[in-house]
Amino acid sequence: MFANGPDSFIWWDWVDRNTDKIWARTIEHLQLTGSSVAIGFVIAMAMAMISLRWRRAYGPLAAVAGGLYSIPSLALFGFLVPITGLGFRTAQIALVSYTLLILLRNIVAGIDAVPASVIEAANGMGYEPWRRFIAVDLRLATPAIVGGLRVATVTVIGLVTVAALVGSGGYGTFIEDGLSRARGFSTPIVVGGALSIAMAVLFDAAFVLLQRAVTPWARRGAAGGAHP
Amino acid sequence: MIQDALDFLTDSRSWWGRNGLVNLTWNHVRLSGAAVLAAVLVAIPPAVYLGHIRRGGIVAVGLVNLSRALPTFAVIAFVFPLSLQYGFGLGFWPTFVALFLLALPPIFVNAYTGVSEIGRDVVDAARAMGMREHEVLRRVELPAAMPLLVTGIRVSAVQVVATTTLGALVGFRCLGTPILQAIATRNDGQLIVAALLVAALSLLTEAVFGVLGSRLTPWARNRAVETKARVQHAA
Amino acid sequence: MSRPVAIRLAQLCKRYPGADGLAVDHLDLEIPTGEIVALVGPSGCGKTTTLKMINRLIEPTSGTIEIHGRPAGALPVHELRRGIGYVIQQTGLFPHKTVAGNIATVPRLLGWDKARTRERVEELVDLVGLERQMLDRYPSALSGGQQQRVGVARALAADPPILLMDEPYSAVDPIVRARLQDELLDLQRRVHKTIVLVTHDVDEAIKLGDRVVILNVGGRIEQAAPPAELLASPASPFVADFLGEERGLKRLALLRVRDITPGTGPVADVGDPADVARALMAEHRVDWFGVREHGRLLGWRWGSSLDGTVQAEGVQPFRAVVTPDSTLRSALDGIVGSLTNVAVVVDEDGAYRGMLRIDEISEGVRD
Repeated sequence: MFANGPDSFIWWDWVDRNTDKIWARTIEHLQLTGSSVAIGFVIAMAMAMISLRWRRAYGPLAAVAGGLYSIPSLALFGFLVPITGLGFRTAQIALVSYTLLILLRNIVAGIDAVPASVIEAANGMGYEPWRRFIAVDLRLATPAIVGGLRVATVTVIGLVTVAALVGSGGYGTFIEDGLSRARGFSTPIVVGGALSIAMAVLFDAAFVLLQRAVTPWARRGAAGGAHP
Repeated sequence: MIQDALDFLTDSRSWWGRNGLVNLTWNHVRLSGAAVLAAVLVAIPPAVYLGHIRRGGIVAVGLVNLSRALPTFAVIAFVFPLSLQYGFGLGFWPTFVALFLLALPPIFVNAYTGVSEIGRDVVDAARAMGMREHEVLRRVELPAAMPLLVTGIRVSAVQVVATTTLGALVGFRCLGTPILQAIATRNDGQLIVAALLVAALSLLTEAVFGVLGSRLTPWARNRAVETKARVQHAA
Repeated sequence: MSRPVAIRLAQLCKRYPGADGLAVDHLDLEIPTGEIVALVGPSGCGKTTTLKMINRLIEPTSGTIEIHGRPAGALPVHELRRGIGYVIQQTGLFPHKTVAGNIATVPRLLGWDKARTRERVEELVDLVGLERQMLDRYPSALSGGQQQRVGVARALAADPPILLMDEPYSAVDPIVRARLQDELLDLQRRVHKTIVLVTHDVDEAIKLGDRVVILNVGGRIEQAAPPAELLASPASPFVADFLGEERGLKRLALLRVRDITPGTGPVADVGDPADVARALMAEHRVDWFGVREHGRLLGWRWGSSLDGTVQAEGVQPFRAVVTPDSTLRSALDGIVGSLTNVAVVVDEDGAYRGMLRIDEISEGVRD
């Protein structure tokens, strides 16, 4: 199986021969992921702002996002095809829908977690409301928001793989190719799968580092002083 | 579209036979259940143990969170050739492996957190009453951790049920199959019916585990108070 | 009132939506410049509501607030607040900023440049008694008492003339609390701010306040007076009750030994003949006498042990020794349980100044 031939698990010749295709798929995958998460973030942020201003809006907004999230990916892709055709745009709409619930929840949870005493002190000191929101509330919510972005990004990377079904490009294309060919040629499937996994894991790790980087105050241990 | 849906629903071939909805749903439930059960068996003992000794959590949780990053379909794709190669067949095993990995994190993390988060004072009280370690675990920590544990299993199960549809892509006959078929034949009605079925199944799973949860944990209303009371009764 | 008024509250009212009565009912109060005014009262008396109306964290329903002659409503609210320091019980320190960053908050809001801000931050850290190396730490690394000190430093950063404090010491343990209170008094001696302090602890109010305002439900003033006057003449049974037991002893804690004149006491010098000692004991109607050498009191002896001239050996030390700075309460504490029933007053060098008896202390309090 590990001998290097078309029958083996990975036929490295195929990999060599198709490096430009691999590169192209990588770019596609990144583009789709990046744009979907970015758009999803903007929409989720707007939803979060609305929820913070009108508490009652959160329930319905979360329900909509949750509803979208619970639609099986295949179904959502399939449903959009007759409307927006095959390709990038279709996938993007579906992917943005999947990010909404995670991002909305994390943004709102992060902002809610800011201690009331800190808000009161900030107001009492003379922060204007908007400035305080950005410098205090959002800043303290940043770790939670980054956490949400982490889950959203990793989820989308996985879903882009499935989206190849509707012609969006990305690593899933290799998998589709491999599955539709005669059995025995597993290389593109393995390559597609492995690259997807690698990208997801890498981004996950990167976000973990980012999360730590935006939380410098939690890194230092809570050591007591010498005297009270 | 609605016409297509109705056609699909009224056609008896849709329901029965190898590709009938009944069989597909059964397969779907079978695989989901197997994956969740496997995850429960594999994750809960070490999670509960680590939670009890309150050690090693960070490492374990980190590893488990790593598996959260694995794209399910990619894992299916990756295991697929191996499964073929070693005679494990087409659709079931790759999907099972991927779903198992998907199911692990919520169950593990919730079990660990549920056990380890129980106040030191409650555990100390139990020990002070003369309970031995395994009794503390069995009579105090596990019951108190139940709500969180069941929530973990519930979240996991709902996710798995929804994701099992991907198995159709590698030939596993489940509720994803009619969806794939509907995409190919541009039959929106069939697609909606199948998608609604999956959604219904998800909701059903959520409901079933919700009920199961409250049955197993009738005291979950006022956890802190009841946990202490349990400690007294258990000793 | 001779002092200028820093804050004037006139017919101030606050009704919370949905509530039956007024949380603050037509309150009239003047807060003189440079004084610490303590607002005390039971829960629901409106003391915190009143405080928060000064910096408009809560808007009054009716009535006016004037700060240094100008209505509080005239300025944009964030400008008003930047000119008033605000310290709260849970500190509200920004977790994401270092100690230096926290203290620098209002100066940065006001647009001070980095150098000036840094200088001021260092000045304040010294002022509140923290070490310079704490500047780069995060609040989570500090103890409760240290965090409170940072809170005060932060409130004083832009040098506001007014400081509002809402139960600042309620969340720390008694030992730390006493220290922080002493530090506040010390600070005030140096910076002379107008401080409005809300507390539920009447002893804290008496200790810290130049003036104590006792509020009843609805923000009604039961009495507003300096602590000594409050303790000496409570205006109503409510006030007397609120001040608690042992008002006499609490007043003693407010007076110092230097406030009354000690008597000379039966003190003989070493080498004096026995008759001198006997005459002194007769004059003061006691059966013991003190022994002094070179201006310092060595101790005392029983009259029955007199044998020839006054000697230095065999002398017992006095149990109660106080300085002019000591409170009358500590003097009394020493007298109780001593054999001689006096407290000896010495100055910083240990030279003998006089003796205090219980009746002299009582007399001092009566005035």
